[in-house]
Amino acid sequence: MKKPMTNPEGAKKGRRYYGHGIPRYPLEDLVGKLIVVEGADGSGRSSQIARLVDWLETCGHATVQVGLKHSTLVSSELAKAQEGNILSRTTLSLFYATDFADQLENMILPALKAGFIVLSDRYIYTLMARDVVRGMDEAWLKNLYGIALEPDAVFYLSVEPQELVQRNLAKNAALDYWESGMDLGFSRDMFDSFLKYQTAMQAAFRQLRKNYGFTVVDGNRPVGSITKELRKKIRALLVEK
Amino acid sequence: MMKTFAELNFPGRLIAVEGLDGSGKSTQIYLLKRWLEAEGIKVYFSEWNSSELVKSATSKGKKRELLTPTTFSLIHATDFADRYERHLLPLLRAGYVVLCDRYIFTAFARDVTRGCPPDWVRGIYNFAALPDIVFFFKADLEVSLNRILEGRPKLKFFEAGMDLRLSADPYESFRIFQGRILEQYLAMAGEFKFMVMDANQHVEKQQALVRKIVGERINLARFRRRRPLPLPPPLPPDNKAKETEEDLAA
Repeated sequence: MKKPMTNPEGAKKGRRYYGHGIPRYPLEDLVGKLIVVEGADGSGRSSQIARLVDWLETCGHATVQVGLKHSTLVSSELAKAQEGNILSRTTLSLFYATDFADQLENMILPALKAGFIVLSDRYIYTLMARDVVRGMDEAWLKNLYGIALEPDAVFYLSVEPQELVQRNLAKNAALDYWESGMDLGFSRDMFDSFLKYQTAMQAAFRQLRKNYGFTVVDGNRPVGSITKELRKKIRALLVEK
Repeated sequence: MMKTFAELNFPGRLIAVEGLDGSGKSTQIYLLKRWLEAEGIKVYFSEWNSSELVKSATSKGKKRELLTPTTFSLIHATDFADRYERHLLPLLRAGYVVLCDRYIFTAFARDVTRGCPPDWVRGIYNFAALPDIVFFFKADLEVSLNRILEGRPKLKFFEAGMDLRLSADPYESFRIFQGRILEQYLAMAGEFKFMVMDANQHVEKQQALVRKIVGERINLARFRRRRPLPLPPPLPPDNKAKETEEDLAA
């Protein structure tokens, strides 16, 4: 196993799993850093992550990127299921949890053990918010995601739904079925549904924030000034013991 | 906390069988199904680990040995949820007698044996109502083991509990693993009011008792088909590449 690069003094104080976690990976072994960027499609997550990776690697930090639906185990089946929109609520929720758990155990935790900085393009909060909006029980979700590690930092890129709709249309000339929450039946009009759904998602994030404190970053600003703010916060994180 | 379908005022009823591989539970539930069909009851049979959609992920995970106790647990929960939401619930709303070869107790016993915390596993499955009757087929451990191991079958990695590193020998590992699962089953028998069946008895004798209990506990007349609608097809519809019971259960 490689020597830890970022924090030779060992894992950060107060590192914790939300619940029982993954016992094979004791907390004191997890010497790297887990940084999560959350936000809707069009909030600028991927651009920010690309810029952070670039910066971190230039500074000599080894990085790993993870995201939702990237697991070896279930990602292709999950994509297929979404295409057909045939899965019920609990099933889809558990399918996503399986995908998350597979990446947690096979990517995130081994990388943290090896001292990498792990950049996660969304984390359990998006999964929970989607389910909360669809009426799933928060206590059930809390138990389910008791396997997850609390990140060192979570940045939530908050962008007004009106601005999101503009960015998504400018990029794809279309709105995504799931990002518009079409399965919820808010409206048969996709534009309306998108706005309503994204507003509901923001409310769900606000609610989750009470229990899972994350840093809200104003994502309505230009890319560069957001990166500057993120760098500043991450720099502080990297020097702390 | 958890309630049965009857307590939740579902028109249908759910009967589950549980037990170790080789306990004879599948034979018993098959015979029960044949009887109910002959009686003109609206009946549906569902097997553990059979959701078409989730199956390809599960079998990939098993073949490539990608599963950890956590993902093993979650992928089976996904499979169960799919069957529960898409088949079991609507059928129970429509007044069927649903027969399940294994139910959530299989997950409780296996996942906890694999080291998942009991509260976590139970919490995940708490969206499911309890069966109206659970038959637990209790055979002596040696009897069940011999039934499975007699033919020296090729045991699969997870089926034998090899992921737990109990023994380098798959047969020895299987024995220890099954023994631990049995302990888990017995520990919850009282809590979930299992009807404990003596699986060392003759098949016919057990079946007579099963039918007697079902007849006493469920007013079967209420579940007769009024018009002779055909019964729904089993899932998957075509029984391609018929797997053994151990395959499906592993």
